[in-house]
Amino acid sequence: MKSYLPKIISRGHPSTIMSYWAPVIAIFLTLLTGSIIFSFMGFNPLFALHTFFISPISTSYGISELFLKATPLALIGVGLAFCFKNNIYNIGAEGQLTMGAIFGGGIGILFSSLDVNGFWVLPIVILFGAIGGAFWALIPAILKIKFNTNEILTSLMLVYIAALILDYLVVGPWRDPQGYSFPKTRPFNESSRMPLLFEGLRIHFGLILTIISILVSWFIFSKTILGYQLKVSGLSPKASKFAGFSQNSLVVLTFIICGSFAGIAGVGEVTGPIGLIYRDISPNYGFTAIIVAFLGRLHPIGIIFSSLIIALTYLGAEDAQLFMQVPQAVGFVFQGLVLFYLLGADLLINYKITFNKKEIYEF
Amino acid sequence: MNFDLIISIINIVLIATTPLVFASMGELITEKSGVLNLGVEGMMLVGAVTAFVTLVITENYFLTFLIGTLSGVIMASLFAFLVLILMSNQVATGLALTIFGIGLSSMIGKKYIGTPIVGVSPYYFIVFSFILVFLISYFLYKTKSGLILRAVGESHTSAHAQGYNVIKIRFLSIIFGGAMCALAGSYMSIAYAPMWQENMVAGRGWIALALVVFATWKPGRALLGAYIFGSVSILQMNLQGFGVRIPAQFFVMAPYLATIIVLVIISNDRLRIKLSAPACLTLPFFKGR
Repeated sequence: MKSYLPKIISRGHPSTIMSYWAPVIAIFLTLLTGSIIFSFMGFNPLFALHTFFISPISTSYGISELFLKATPLALIGVGLAFCFKNNIYNIGAEGQLTMGAIFGGGIGILFSSLDVNGFWVLPIVILFGAIGGAFWALIPAILKIKFNTNEILTSLMLVYIAALILDYLVVGPWRDPQGYSFPKTRPFNESSRMPLLFEGLRIHFGLILTIISILVSWFIFSKTILGYQLKVSGLSPKASKFAGFSQNSLVVLTFIICGSFAGIAGVGEVTGPIGLIYRDISPNYGFTAIIVAFLGRLHPIGIIFSSLIIALTYLGAEDAQLFMQVPQAVGFVFQGLVLFYLLGADLLINYKITFNKKEIYEF
Repeated sequence: MNFDLIISIINIVLIATTPLVFASMGELITEKSGVLNLGVEGMMLVGAVTAFVTLVITENYFLTFLIGTLSGVIMASLFAFLVLILMSNQVATGLALTIFGIGLSSMIGKKYIGTPIVGVSPYYFIVFSFILVFLISYFLYKTKSGLILRAVGESHTSAHAQGYNVIKIRFLSIIFGGAMCALAGSYMSIAYAPMWQENMVAGRGWIALALVVFATWKPGRALLGAYIFGSVSILQMNLQGFGVRIPAQFFVMAPYLATIIVLVIISNDRLRIKLSAPACLTLPFFKGR
C-alpha cells in the first residue's frame, strides 16, 4: 500500500541539537500564528508584530522595563528548574511568591511603621521573603513525602489560599489608615526598598539577586553532587534509588529552593517597583515562570533568554492594549501558544518525521 | 432550623455542585483511558466565555450550549493532538492548555464583562448531571466499550495487541472530557452566575481533578465527593449569614483547604491509590517502538 503521509519514527537516541532548535521553532511558529490572529482581527500583521515585539524595547526605558519583568520570571523559572529536573511538578510558585511578599513585605512594613532605618533592614526583608516562600513550598513537599499527596493539586490549592490571606491582610489588619479605604498597606520607607540600579529607570537590586541565583544554580546543576543527583533521579528514579540517593530529601530540598526563589521574587516586586503591598502584586509571574523554565530547557543560561522573551510578551500586550485596543490578555494567549509549540516541537528530540518510504519499510 | 431554610440550602448546594459533577465526570473518562488532562480549568473557562458570547449574539439557548460544548471539543482536540500524536508530556501540555485557556477566555470576554443576560434554569442540568453519572457508571462497568476503555487505561500495549486502536479510543475519551468540562463552564456562565467575569471558574477545574483522585476513579464516589465539596462551600456562606465572626476570606478558603485535607486522607492509603489509578496514566503510547 502506498502511503504519502509523513511518518514518525524513533531516532534511537535523543538529539541534542534538536533540544536547542525546538524553542527556536516554537517562537517562530508563535510569531506566525500571532500574525495570523492579528490579521483576522483586522490589523496589518507586520504593524501588529512591530507594536507587540519591537516598539516596547526601542527605548532605554523599554529595555529597563523588559529586565524589570524578566527579573522575577527568571528567578522563579530557575527555581522551578530544580523541581522539574527532579520530575516534581510544583505549579504553585504564584502562591510561594505571594507568601514571600507577605513575609518579607510584612517585616518591611513593621520596620517602616517603627521608623527603623539602616543598611541591615533590606537583607532581613529579603531573608524573610525567602523564608515565606520556602515555608509555603514546604507544605506540598511534606504532604507529598508523608502522605503521598499529589503535589500538583496541593501546590495549586495553596495559590488560592495565599491570595486570600494576602487579601485579608490588606483589607483588614495591614490596611493603611491614611489610604482612603483603598485596600493597600502604607508604603515602605527607603531602607526596606530595593535600591534602583539607574536613576530614572525602574530596574532594581532584584536583578542582581536574580543573576546571582542563576549563577549559583548553574554551579549547583553542573558542578555539585546535588546537581548530579537531580539529573539521575529525573532521568531514572529507579537508578537514583539504587544509587542510594534519598528521593524524599531531594523533594524537600528542591521545593525549598524553588519556594525561596519565588519568595525573593515576591518580596522584590513589593519592595521594588510597587513600593507597598496590595492585592494584585503579580500578573501571574508564578504561572508564566513555568513556561520560562520549559522554554529555557531547564538550563540557567537558557532561562535567561526565555525570561527576556516571555517578559517581552508582557510589554507587548501592554502596548497592544494602548495602541491597538487589543485586550492585554493577548499576552497570556501568546505564552500559552509558545508552550504548546515547544511541547509539540520536542517530538523532534526523540523522533524524526520522514517522507522517505524506504526508511519507513526498513523500520 | 426551619424546613424552608433546609430546602433552600439543599437547593443552593444542588446548583453549586453541578459544574463539579460535569467536569469531574469528563476528567474521569479521560483518566480512565490513561490520559491525565490538567487543562480542565482552561477548558471550563473557554466553555464559559464561548457560551456567554454565543448567548449575547444569538439569544438561542440550544445554540449557546451546543457551541459552548464544541469549544471544549476543540480545546481537547488540540491537547489530544499534542499528547497522542506528538507524544508530548501530558502534565506540561495540560498546564499549557490551562494557561492558554485563561488567556483566551479573558481576551474573548473582555468586551462582555457586565453584559446582562437572561439565564436559563439550572434544574434541567442538575437532573442531567445525575443521569450522566448513572450512564457513565453503566458504560464503564456494564458495556464492552467501557471494558475496552478501561483496558486501554490499564495496559495500552495489551489493548493494542488485542487489536484495539489505542490512539483512537484515547482521542475520543479526551474529547468527551473536554466537552463535559466546557459544558460545566457553559452552565456556570449561563445558568449558575449568570454573567461573565474573568477567571470566574475560580479553581473549580482543579477541584474537579482532585475529586477524581478522591473518588479513586469511580463515578459514584466522584458524585458523592462533588456534593461534599458543594456543601462545604455553601456552608461557609450560610455560617456567614448566621453571623459567625470570621473574616470572609477564610470562608472562601474553605473549599481549597478541604481539597488539600481530603487529598491527604485519601492519598495516605498508598496501596489503594496504586490499585485504583489507571496503570497507564500519563504514559505515552508509541506504536512503532
